[in-house]
Amino acid sequence: MTDPAEVLRLDRITKRFGALVANDAISLRLRAGEVVALLGENGAGKTTLMNILFGQYVADEGQITAFGRALPPGNPRAALNAGIGMVHQHFTLADQLTVLENILLGTRGLWSWSMDIAAARAKVMALAGRFGLSVDPDARVGRLSVGERQRVEILKALYRDARVLILDEPTAVLTPQEAEALFDTLRKMVAEGLAVIFISHKLNEVMAIADRCLVLRHGRMAGEVETRDTSPAQLAAMMVGAEVTRPQIAAGQAGRALLQLDRVTTPDREGAPGLKAASLALHAGQITGIAGVSGNGQAALSDILSGLLSPASGRLLIEGQPAPDRWTPAAALASGLGRIPEDRHKTGTIADFTLTENAVLETHVRPPFSRGGWMDWAAAAAHTRDIIEKYDVRCPGPDARIRLLSGGNMQKLILGRVLEAGPSVILANQPVRGLDIGAIAYVHGQLLAARDRGAAVILISEDLDEVMQLSDVIHVISEGRLSPPIPRGTASVADLGLWMAGEGFPHAA
Amino acid sequence: MRLEPIANPGPARIYGLPALALGATVLVASVLALIAGANPFATLGLIVKGAFGSKFATLETLNRATPLIFTGLAVAVAFRAKLWNIGAEAQLYAGAVMTVLIGMHSWGAPWLQLPVMAALSIAAGALVLLGPVLLKTRFGVDEVVTTLLFNFIMLLFVSYLVEGPLKDPAGMGWPKSVPVAADLRLPRIAQGLRLHWGFALALISALLIWVIQTRTVLGYQIRAVGQNPQAARFAGIPVNAVLVKTALISGGLAALAGFSEVAGLKGHLSRDLSPGFGYTGIIVAMVALLHPLGVVLTALFVAGIFVGADSMSRAAGVPTYIADILMAVALLFMVLAILLTRYRVVWR
Repeated sequence: MTDPAEVLRLDRITKRFGALVANDAISLRLRAGEVVALLGENGAGKTTLMNILFGQYVADEGQITAFGRALPPGNPRAALNAGIGMVHQHFTLADQLTVLENILLGTRGLWSWSMDIAAARAKVMALAGRFGLSVDPDARVGRLSVGERQRVEILKALYRDARVLILDEPTAVLTPQEAEALFDTLRKMVAEGLAVIFISHKLNEVMAIADRCLVLRHGRMAGEVETRDTSPAQLAAMMVGAEVTRPQIAAGQAGRALLQLDRVTTPDREGAPGLKAASLALHAGQITGIAGVSGNGQAALSDILSGLLSPASGRLLIEGQPAPDRWTPAAALASGLGRIPEDRHKTGTIADFTLTENAVLETHVRPPFSRGGWMDWAAAAAHTRDIIEKYDVRCPGPDARIRLLSGGNMQKLILGRVLEAGPSVILANQPVRGLDIGAIAYVHGQLLAARDRGAAVILISEDLDEVMQLSDVIHVISEGRLSPPIPRGTASVADLGLWMAGEGFPHAA
Repeated sequence: MRLEPIANPGPARIYGLPALALGATVLVASVLALIAGANPFATLGLIVKGAFGSKFATLETLNRATPLIFTGLAVAVAFRAKLWNIGAEAQLYAGAVMTVLIGMHSWGAPWLQLPVMAALSIAAGALVLLGPVLLKTRFGVDEVVTTLLFNFIMLLFVSYLVEGPLKDPAGMGWPKSVPVAADLRLPRIAQGLRLHWGFALALISALLIWVIQTRTVLGYQIRAVGQNPQAARFAGIPVNAVLVKTALISGGLAALAGFSEVAGLKGHLSRDLSPGFGYTGIIVAMVALLHPLGVVLTALFVAGIFVGADSMSRAAGVPTYIADILMAVALLFMVLAILLTRYRVVWR
């Protein structure tokens, strides 16, 4: 019965949180030398499954076997000791230490430090060479690019003799070129008999790298297919439970400029670049896409448009007029901006507030939701019921706390809150991150509808496919600089990739 | 042993655990009584009897609860906004000082001068909290430290006043202030009842705070700022302004405790005006889960234990320290209960 090549086996793992079944009898088999993709929307149970594997949670039922031995549940060290390594979406590196120090951190006792640093260095260099993970072992991690840091994380796992590597959304932070290099590394690893679990929502990547796909939906196994026997459309259908129709996207009819940035500069902060003399114009009836690798000034751009940040130099014009001097979120709202923030959990909503309380967060100071300092909760609840119905928010009702909603339904409520205020300019920052395909199609459809009603939409996304699919005009952002506008259909992925890598800008910053 | 978050705790947890916490507190009290060599049931019975067993005892408990309702409300309002006001004691004394300053000479009709005394007391308490809050919003100074230190500054200031400028010449050398004019004492609620209008004012304040929290824009904004300042700021709520308003309300409420103790009960200012009402207010607010009406009930409970323990001690010989221990134990159990409504413990 046991396959000698089998390195990891999850058997009917079930995990319940109260009434919610996060994992319902999930089974997974991983053999040496293969890449298995774990596909599914946020909330489908991927993270829970991995947390069980790494001992963060204890499964209610089921068992885990690694290299033929049962893993004791609830012990975070067991998986590591068994040779399973994980590269998290958010890196776990110490910025102040060098690459080598980061790799060695935690691998030996406190008092044996510096004993065989030369041997360790040789091992790291050998691994780096073998798998194409070029990185300077003496560089401080704080100075490395995101792609390099990811390589350090992978090296860290390999140095601990990991035979199974789990990568959580590894390409979210990479340029297309860097992603391709990562895939080369993964191919070398499986050629040497390592096994990889690749967690992603990006169907094209899964098709490119995985041998087999395990699709999760609502905590259940929606299917397991060999990649060569499937298509992106079939995978998408499995993820959402129905065939998804991509919206047919016609070009927008560009009107006048509703918002302009004129050579706007903002200070750098916390390692992320500010804007560097960035100019753009958002036109009525158009979607302007901002493509780029994360951490290249998107946060500063988004903060300016949200009212959280004022330009240090340069001008912000709204309908041709300078923006109010006191540029605050309230001023932005009053100027007709609608904002869909990047982080719907931390910025977009208040977890322990009800749907109603969240729905009027931006409008509660105005009638009909309040008069003379008194809230009108009946009016707020009625408005929330409208949003729930119109935007198909699946929820127990307007009095439920929003933390109970899935990411997609939370985003629909935010979408309703923003769009029902009738904004003339809409900022959509990573509006579909972590959503299932059905919710993605819905959000995109709503943004297109708003565009067709004459709103100027700006879409900031790290997903190049999304930007290219929706945008009438694209700007690439790189180290705080904005490329000139690139009209729809005039640039290839490779062209945009060059801009993203910082090439083509008149002078380096 | 680890904690796992509970997505949606049921009513059994939300109401059952705090009840269990109170039960456990009683259990600890019984054990303590046993150690002191007394019959636990008799001891608990004596505490209850001492607190609510007679009209006199009940009124004594209500009088004792009055400042605790004010300081409990002050803390509850501030903690809702995650403004950690540990300085209710200082704000209480600020109110007490202002009450004496305005009330030592009678210059107008009581119906005019009493409200002025109350209003200026509120202003004094609000002002004392305003400083730490502005330091927090402008420079990010931790308000836990500044409000706590203000307690000691204020107490020293009161010492100076009662030994110096406000010293009562007729006080036989005791460090106490000149008294509040006789016609400016808070009247009793009914003839012959040893209960002053401060208690009614406390109940009205609790109702008012409840209405503010649930029905007004400010209350909604205070909750938003407390739960998630980042989201509140993004949504256009002026976070710093809300914190300042919260501080004014909180400081004012604590000051009313000082006003009501001086004008309603003691009649003068002294260093021992408050046996830590400002600190006990923190316990009251936490055990009440920051609910304004819960503060009233908890304050009655706490006052009952203190008053009851006094009388029990005389009868059963168990030291009154049992009251302090009970307070601490009740707080610990309640904090644990709050934690366990949101997390479950997983052994292994």
